[in-house]
Order: sequence, then structure tokens, then C-alpha cells
Amino acid sequence: MTEKPVSQGQLIWRRFRRHRLGALGGVIIVLLTLLTLFAHFISPYDYATQHRRFAFAPPTPIHFFDRDGRLSWPFVYGLQRERDPRGRWIYRENTDQVYPIRFFVQGDPYQLFWLIPTDIHLFGTGERNPESPGQVFLFGTDDVGRDLFSRTLIGGWVSLSIGPLALAISLTLAIFFGGISGYFGGGWDIFIQRMIEVLNSFPGLPLLLALAAILPPGLPPAISFLLIIMILSVLGWGGTARTLRGLFLVLREQEFSLAAKAMGAGNGRIIFKHLLPNTLSYLIVSATLGIPGLILAEAALSFLGFGIRDPMTSWGQLLNQFTDNTISNLTYHPWLMIPGFFIIIAVLAFNFMGDALRDAADPFSTQGRSV
Amino acid sequence: MLNYIVRRLVYMIPTMLIISIVAFMVVQLAPGDFLTKYKLNERISQETLQNIAKHLGLEKPCEPLQWQWSGCVERYWRWLKGVLFSSESTDPATGQRWRVWSVSTQLPFIHWNPDFGFSFETNQPVSKLFWERLPLTLLVTIPTFLFAWLISLPLGIYAATRQYSLGDTIFTILGFAGLSIPNFFLALVLMYWLVVSLTPTLCSWGWQFFCPGNPGASVGGLFVQEHMGGSPWPWDWSLKKWLDYVWHLWPAVLVIGGSSIAGLMRIMRGQMLDILGSQYIMTARAKGLSERVVIYKHAVRNALNVMISIFGQSLPGLIGGALITAIVLNFPTVERLFYDALRAYDDYLVQTLLMFFAILLLLGNLLADIMLAWVDPRIRYD
Repeated sequence: MTEKPVSQGQLIWRRFRRHRLGALGGVIIVLLTLLTLFAHFISPYDYATQHRRFAFAPPTPIHFFDRDGRLSWPFVYGLQRERDPRGRWIYRENTDQVYPIRFFVQGDPYQLFWLIPTDIHLFGTGERNPESPGQVFLFGTDDVGRDLFSRTLIGGWVSLSIGPLALAISLTLAIFFGGISGYFGGGWDIFIQRMIEVLNSFPGLPLLLALAAILPPGLPPAISFLLIIMILSVLGWGGTARTLRGLFLVLREQEFSLAAKAMGAGNGRIIFKHLLPNTLSYLIVSATLGIPGLILAEAALSFLGFGIRDPMTSWGQLLNQFTDNTISNLTYHPWLMIPGFFIIIAVLAFNFMGDALRDAADPFSTQGRSV
Repeated sequence: MLNYIVRRLVYMIPTMLIISIVAFMVVQLAPGDFLTKYKLNERISQETLQNIAKHLGLEKPCEPLQWQWSGCVERYWRWLKGVLFSSESTDPATGQRWRVWSVSTQLPFIHWNPDFGFSFETNQPVSKLFWERLPLTLLVTIPTFLFAWLISLPLGIYAATRQYSLGDTIFTILGFAGLSIPNFFLALVLMYWLVVSLTPTLCSWGWQFFCPGNPGASVGGLFVQEHMGGSPWPWDWSLKKWLDYVWHLWPAVLVIGGSSIAGLMRIMRGQMLDILGSQYIMTARAKGLSERVVIYKHAVRNALNVMISIFGQSLPGLIGGALITAIVLNFPTVERLFYDALRAYDDYLVQTLLMFFAILLLLGNLLADIMLAWVDPRIRYD
């Protein structure tokens, strides 16, 4: 009986699945992506809807037992705003008003996948008036009364997409420059290497901030999002290009590429058909390990107020409120920290997955380690 | 060796020039200049505006994004001339000359007193702002740095010698967590814990230091109000100021150091594992050396070489971490100055500080190479 031959890809996949934390990371990433894709539907409000009367409302408790202690359909009590003796707004539950949680309710209109116009939300109280006391703020609200849960889900769109997008551009740059540098050598090689050295002689974050500070504040959100991706990728291709250059230097001297050359293949064909596929496992691993860094960079940038700006949002931008009045925000509105945990979970998941992929892509590793 | 160091220093000159040009261009990329802001201010006369423009070479435009380069060379040259040859800073608006507080007040044998330009936001010479902040920056960075290295190396050795043990697993997971938590978020969580839980508890135990009104109750900043002025050099401080400093410093050390530790520990562990699997370690064990000698005399020494060459690469992370943490914790350091300058588009300040960070990196790499040659007898540079 002959065993079916297994391709390199299948081998990698097998080793990857054995890596428990890596697989867990993969599952988490899929879940986060789904949450983000369906963000408009899952979130009870539009991310920009302001509930002016409920600024800095704490997370709404959802009750499963009514006032008499009987099990009931999940509901929330009406939210009532009062001033405490110091004049700060505080929120109290008005137990006379009961709003049951309902599923598939009508709410703020939105476009599912930016295509299908609808106003059905997964859950909510069904109250259409933003100032009605029957509100469900799972993560509380921010300084102008926007629902943090909805904003966190929408923010994931930027936070999760910026990594892969910036990476795609910076990998393209890295392949282009690293390829030229390693394959052709000569003057271009020297020039590109010096260019990378200058780029690397600046510490990343300060230069990133300085470049991001150039963007004028009034830009449309989509444009500034694209420009930030450009900046992140322009600063990030150096290291990968260097490694690729090294790989190309070795590969172009090997028999198969010499053979291709002897058979009259053009430079483009040799580079893309013969050399590049051989660097694929390195590229995949460096991509997965590069994403956490990019997510963190975007978070830092937006946190400091130089990245994504209001009204668009990202997990880092949501934490931006802490750059002013840090102590009082922390003391009185600690729920504003919740988006930070999403950053940690996403980055952790990508790190685990990258680590697992690295082990799996290494043909010499005997098995995927569990931790 | 001396020959090598001198050669490296000479090579640094063109690199620094390129770095300064890049820093200059990055700043010039921003649309407009500070004169735009001045022009909006009606209290500033036309004559003053002309004076400023003349002094700084602003008469011709330098807007790389609009492909107007004519004024760029002029501006850059004026700035460079100030850095290289000047010993005073001139306020371009009033013509007032500043004798700058600088290195030469502390170290009288240095006569170079560069003029890095003028900060228009604060109306002070950049060099004054910079030198004022430098001591405190060092007082934050050096302890952090020592903390990170002194913790991560032993941890790496521990994890490698007990591979797959419970301790190794715990440190690995902690390391991953350290790499995955954004610096600023860790700082926020730590501050939250300090403000909401730790200091009130310590105060309720009767420790006056942590009760409201005392240094222990304040979180953020490097000093309480009463210690803010005075000499920035620690040997002039009173005991109370020292306590104040230490209390405010440790969250920063933990946050900035924490992420460095995670990375450094992983590398040290990996190096140690590689070396412990090599044949000369087997030989050392076979000839009956004690485990302690095998690990510390044979393995660690070789692993250290790699760590030293990593030293230069670990600096950007440290600077980035210090930048964010300084902003969250509100530290009066150079990094905080950089952030404020960016927010205000304070051109010369941004440019100078960008250069400062880059030079720090260059010096760090040089230091790493020198140390490597010093530690590893196999490396000879001449």
C-alpha cells in the first residue's frame, strides 16, 4: 500500500494544528474578525450616536431576576441621572421602569457590509429615542454619551485591518527592494542597503509620530486611515528587505535558478517563479509576527492622538481620552479602559499564531511545542 | 582598539549629517511654518515678522510636498551653522540673545555650546529646553535599563536550564503577555491600581507617606509640587526628594522595563538553549565539571556575546516605551518634550529631538560593538 504523498503546505498545517496555543490564537482571530465584520449588526447603536443625557454612564447591568427575586427574561432598569453632592453626574437604576432585552430590534440605520441598508440590530431595548431611560450600554458610554460597546466593535475594523493592510504594502516594498538588492546586486544593492540603514538609524516610534503629525487634522477619515497605513508600511519594510536580500543572494546561486537561467528564463520569471516561492515560508512567518507590532504601533499612534481621529475610531483611539485628566478618568470612569483588553487579546492571538507558524514552517522542527 | 573607536566615530559624521537632513525634511514636510501662526497674531508687527523670516531664511518657500525646494538649503544651512559654530541662541522675534544653560555650566571644560534653534511655542532656545530635561531623562532611563537587563538575563538562564518546567512555562506565558500589552495600557492599569486600591489601603494602615497631601498619594509626574524646582542633579537632593523620586519612578521602570524584559528574556533563553545543546558543553560535562561551572563559565559567557550585540537593537524599544510612558505618567523628560513639540508643530524642537534619538541609537550601537570586542577575545577589529 502506498501512502499518499503529503505536500509541504499540508505538513505545515499538520504541525500547526498540533500547536495548541497557536490554534487557540487562530480561533480568537477568526472570532474577532467575525465580531468586527458584523459590528454594525451586533452593536445596539450606531458608533456615532450621542446620548447626551448619558455621558460617562457606567456599564448597564443586565438583570435576570426581577425585584421580587423571580427568574425573568433578561431586562434592564431605566437609567436615571442625578448629581452627587460634589456636583458630578451619577447614574442610578430606576426600578420602576423595566425594559426587557429584545433581539433583532429596529434601531439606528446602517449598511451591513457597507452594502445592504437595514436597521435591524442583534439586541437592544427597542427604544428609538437616544435620550430614553431604557438603554443598554454593555461597556458604558464616553464623554458625549456614545455607546462604548458599539464603538469598540467598530474600532476593531481599523485596529484589525491596519495590520494586514500595512503589512501587504510593506511586504511588497520589501520584496521589490530586497529582490533588486539581492538578485541584481551592484550599485543598486549598495544604495538600497544604505537607504535601509538610514531608515533604521531612527528609533521607530518618534519618527512614526513625527510623520503622523504632518497629517493635517482636517483630512477625511478614510484618507488619513490610508496615509497612516502608508506611513506604517514605509517605515516597516527595512528589516524584511534585508533578510530577503540575504535569501535571494543564496538562492540565485543554486542549481535550479542557474538551470532556469540557462534555459533562457527572464529575470522576472526567475524571481517570481523560482526564487520567491522558496522564501514563502519566511514571508508568511514574518507577516504573522509583524502584525502584532503594527497593531501596537497603530494603537500607540491613535492613543497619542496622531493616528485615527474622531469620529472614526480604533481601539487605541478609544483610549485617547486618558491622555487628558488621566487620574480622574481612571478613578471615575474606569470602564473606558475596556477597549485596551481587546488590543491585548488580538495581539496575543497573533503572537501565538505567529509562533506556531514559525515552528510549523521550520522543516527541521520535530513537532510543534505546546507552549 | 582605540584606532577602531576613532574610525567608527569618524564614520559617524556623515551618518549624522544624513540623519539631520532626514530629520529636517520630516519637519519641513508639515505644511506651513511657525510664521503662519505668527502672521495670525495681530500683536506682532510686520517688521518683527520680516526679522524672523530673515534670521531663519524663511523668505523663500520650502514645501517639499508642493515641490518648492528653493528655501530648503538655506534654512538647513542656517540651522546647521548654529549647531556647529554658535555659542548663543538668538530670539528671532526680539533679537534678544540667550546665553544658553548647557553642558558647559556643569562641565566647564566643554566649550561647545550649540544653538539648536529656537522654540516658538515656549519662546526659549531649544538647547535650553533640552539640557534642562536631560538629567531627569537619564534618571528615568538608566534605572529602567538596568532593571530590564538585570532581571531578564537571570530569568533567561533560569528558563533555559529548566526547559519545559513549570517555571519556564510561566515565564514564557508572562513573556508573551509582556510583549502583547501596549506600554501605555499597562501604565494606565498600573495607575488605576495605585490610585483606586494601593495608596488608599496603605494610608488606611497608617502609613502617612501614602495619605493625601504626601508624595505617596500622588500618581503621575516625577515629583510632587514642592520638589519640582531646584537642581535636576540627584546629588543635590534631600532625602525627602529622593523618596519622592523613587516612589514616582517605579511604575515607569516596571512599564518600560517590562516589555523589554519579555523580549530580552526570550532571546537569552533561546541562546542558552542553543549553546547548552552544543558539543563543547557535552565535553565540559563529560570531563566532570560541576553544573555551575558548565552553565556560568561556559554557556552564559557565550550567550552574553549575543546579548551584547542585541544591546543596540534594544534601544529603540526602550526609547519608544519611555516616550509613551512619559506621556501617560506625565514625566518631565525629553520624550515628553518631544510629544509637546509635535502637538504644537514646534519645528526646531522636533528636529533636534529626532536627531537626539537617532544619535542615541548610533552611540548605543557603537557601545555594543566596543563592549563586544572587550568581552569576546575572538573579536579583533584592527
